[in-house]
Amino acid sequence: MNDATYVPGAARRRRVGAVALALSALVLVSACGGPFPQSAMDPASDMATRLQDLFAGILWWAIGVFVIVEGALLVGIFKYRDRRVGPADGERAEPRHMHGNTLLELAWTLAPALVLVFIAVPTMTTIWDVDRLTTDPDALTIEVIGHQWWWEFRYPDYDLITANEAYIPEGRTVEFLLTSADVIHSFWVPRLAGKRDVMPGHETHLWFTADSVGRFTGQCAEFCGLSHALMKLEVVVATPEDFAAWVEAQTQPSPVLQAAAEADTIEAPQTRTELAREVVADQEEPGGAAEAEAEEAAGPAAQDTDLATIIEEGQQLLMTKGCIACHRIQGTPAAGVLGPDLSHVGSRRTIAAGILENTTENMIRWLRDPGEVKPGALMPALQLSEEELRTLAAYLRSLE
Amino acid sequence: MTSATMSQTHDAAGAGAAHDGHDDHAYWSGGPMSWITTVDHKRIGVMYFVSAFVFFLVGGLEALLIRAQLGSPENTVLSADLYNQLFTMHGTTMVFLALMPLSAAFFNFIIPLQIGARDVAFPRLNAFSFWVFLFGGLLLNASFLFGGAPDAGWFGYANLTSTQYSTGMRVDFWVFGLQVLGVSSIAASLNFIVTIINLRAPGLKFMRLPTFTWMTLITSFLLILAFPAITVGLVMLMFDRTFGTGFFNPAMGGDVLLWQHLFWIFGHPEVYILILPAFGIISEVIPTFSRKTLFGYPFIIYSGILIAFLGFGVWAHHMFAVGLGPIANSVFSAATMLIAIPTGVKIFNWIATMWGGKLRLDSPLLFAVGFVAMFIIGGLSGVMHSSPPTDLQQTDTYFVVAHFHYVLFGGSMFALFAGIYYWFPKVTGRLMSEALAKTHFWIMFIGFNLTFFPMHWLGMHGLPRRTFTYQAGLGFEAMNLMATVGSFILGGSMLIFVWNLLRSTRKGRVAGPNPWAAPTLEWSLPSPPPHYNYRTIPTIEHRDPLWREGGEALDPEATGAPEPVMPSPSLWPIGLAAAIVIGAVGGLTQSLPVVLAGGALIFVCVFGWAFQPLER
Repeated sequence: MNDATYVPGAARRRRVGAVALALSALVLVSACGGPFPQSAMDPASDMATRLQDLFAGILWWAIGVFVIVEGALLVGIFKYRDRRVGPADGERAEPRHMHGNTLLELAWTLAPALVLVFIAVPTMTTIWDVDRLTTDPDALTIEVIGHQWWWEFRYPDYDLITANEAYIPEGRTVEFLLTSADVIHSFWVPRLAGKRDVMPGHETHLWFTADSVGRFTGQCAEFCGLSHALMKLEVVVATPEDFAAWVEAQTQPSPVLQAAAEADTIEAPQTRTELAREVVADQEEPGGAAEAEAEEAAGPAAQDTDLATIIEEGQQLLMTKGCIACHRIQGTPAAGVLGPDLSHVGSRRTIAAGILENTTENMIRWLRDPGEVKPGALMPALQLSEEELRTLAAYLRSLE
Repeated sequence: MTSATMSQTHDAAGAGAAHDGHDDHAYWSGGPMSWITTVDHKRIGVMYFVSAFVFFLVGGLEALLIRAQLGSPENTVLSADLYNQLFTMHGTTMVFLALMPLSAAFFNFIIPLQIGARDVAFPRLNAFSFWVFLFGGLLLNASFLFGGAPDAGWFGYANLTSTQYSTGMRVDFWVFGLQVLGVSSIAASLNFIVTIINLRAPGLKFMRLPTFTWMTLITSFLLILAFPAITVGLVMLMFDRTFGTGFFNPAMGGDVLLWQHLFWIFGHPEVYILILPAFGIISEVIPTFSRKTLFGYPFIIYSGILIAFLGFGVWAHHMFAVGLGPIANSVFSAATMLIAIPTGVKIFNWIATMWGGKLRLDSPLLFAVGFVAMFIIGGLSGVMHSSPPTDLQQTDTYFVVAHFHYVLFGGSMFALFAGIYYWFPKVTGRLMSEALAKTHFWIMFIGFNLTFFPMHWLGMHGLPRRTFTYQAGLGFEAMNLMATVGSFILGGSMLIFVWNLLRSTRKGRVAGPNPWAAPTLEWSLPSPPPHYNYRTIPTIEHRDPLWREGGEALDPEATGAPEPVMPSPSLWPIGLAAAIVIGAVGGLTQSLPVVLAGGALIFVCVFGWAFQPLER
């Protein structure tokens, strides 16, 4: 009764060709869209390598099954397709009804079961290797506290607190103890480790040993509210020496503040300024260059403003604008705990939890209206004048 | 007393059925009032379909807005706030307002016809289920007009849903909307369980039931067992938000993980609630268009049952990143992998059914084959994250988004389209345009793969889900653009479908009772079926009644028996549904008078319902 028309062979082949083309284009584009600096498939630690190896193994099984089953489907369709054009006329032989075949059923029940054994065994061994607690007595402990929408890192061994950028030593086991100050987050640095949820009222664990030096980005992987997409972080894997130097620097007030404090005790403003300048020159690193940049950006009027004044005025703003209620800066009265520790904010590569490059313009943009950069951010717009913005930004950027 | 055992006197009083003129027996004739008061399963099925399809288009539109935003890095088409509302509503809409009720549309229209019944066991309860679903869906979407839609994700993880972190009524709309929808699902499921068990035609033993009926039965059991879990969670959340309890508040000794367990004990069976009806449709379409009976019928049935059982033991595979420990992760991983076996058995049996057949690649089979091909991909990526260590890199990334769209769109939606093209002639008496159907298929197939295939890579390369933006330089640009282009192609294919649907309803070729030469009982009826379905209830002696010797001659209309009496229309079901939603509105606005008014109306409606005779 059905007289639907059939597509002639050539058109059909064209369609099949188009689909094949589209599908291979998919694979192609997917393969060369990179580079992918945050890819789980480019592991840089023992754990991430285990996970990637396991994934690669399962992927090959999946590709094998895919080819066999999709192949059988396609062969079936092309082989048994009723190619006649026109209505069914009832004259051809009807296919023989086959109600089943127990042997076949048994075979295709056991075959996938067998494949699953090959997937399950390495899965189980990997679970028991990566999911247990670490037994390494030399493991470095880092406490991670998730906040809407930034990361707090505490190094209890060193009495060190920082935010959004964590340094870890290469080749040493690091154990993260994770918990949350508000809602559920998930700690994920794909090249170093799989995810681990960060929950209020629970402490979770994650440990691995990084095997190459570098900066590894990650971001929150559990939906945690308005700016979930803007909750990023960086883990910096450093050589043991660089790590030790970093710890040393982080556990003290920023050099400019130290210098300022020393100068204060001498009570000689001139000397104080010089000292501060020396320190800046010592830094040499991007921070130093950026500092010069910042002074330039601040315009001719600010060129006279030396670092000492910036520090003095910045300190003033810190106190009067309420920053100290939430932020901690070593070497100053600022000892708030609600927001990120800013003791060395100038040394970080990014601000606002990995969202903005750490430049003076971006710092000003953030200070002017945090909610514009990060919708829903708890930090209020402080209603600062342009000059105050410049001063505070320069002050914060000087905290290396 | 059920409709199928009604006495045989003619009843002309029913406003739901007009008996005059040429369309004497068309179930759809009658004015708007006859639709509002109808208890005819076929009309309810059609109303389910239309409402669910409109919700499907709304959910699709939300998806296109999401894709427009993600087409380029740091795009500003949508604000973070609007994006979060849209992805939440996209998920909630597609699961609760599109896929489930589209399946329900098929249950309603097809099941009584397939088992030789004149209606479902409880026709008014059936109407009630539909109206509750419709009102619940409207309630959820009304949130857009009152301070914004829910924005905590379709999974609503605690404690983001607490009043502290979700102010306003957004989450309340979600909490009350889902509870209302749960009422609809449970009522409908109980109805179908009773219908399938009790209203089978004589001789229609369980192992002769059509596969679609079997899968409906299993799905209904899943629903009544799974929904209580989320209901418990929703009630706790409602108490937390309304009365300040602390079930999910760690500061008060509550536990955020409790919600995850409750949600996924519902949430994973829910996946099978969405896919088993698709399995049923496919198991009807493939034999019909292969001209060959279903291969391994008992294995397909038992696999469905096994999947449903195992579905209750795998919920924690959604929680591998929580850190439940190696023992829990191993157990849930193994249970999850087991599900691949019965699923594979089904796929092999479908292929074996086609093997050696005479395949006519008409639109239903085309979509069915598309289903099998895409579902294999979704199944294989599922096996990948059944392995907890692998899942640690995949969960909450676009890899998972790709996976479940291959299962729920490449799977469920392809199958539902197969079902629509297959049963459309039975519903309307007309055939849909094959040319448009095939165009629809190929554009949808290409758009679908272009949208979702790159997402596997996006996830593996480190892009988390539910992010309203992404920064340039991480390699996400090209694939996201590709997905966005694909999604608009996919959206375009829907226009072709809608055009075909609207046009064929009026201008399609007249189908006749059995245009596909299909084997199951519904095809023995005229198309469209008369409002009473079967003038005489047939006796069944075979699994494929229309394919057995002389089966084509089966014609329930030919017996000349008097027209059966059908239940009268009633206003109480829609009234009760409205009363429940009024109560829910009172709850979410925390207005005691409205709650009490809703409660009083519920009482009145139940009373009126109970004392209104079934036949008047």
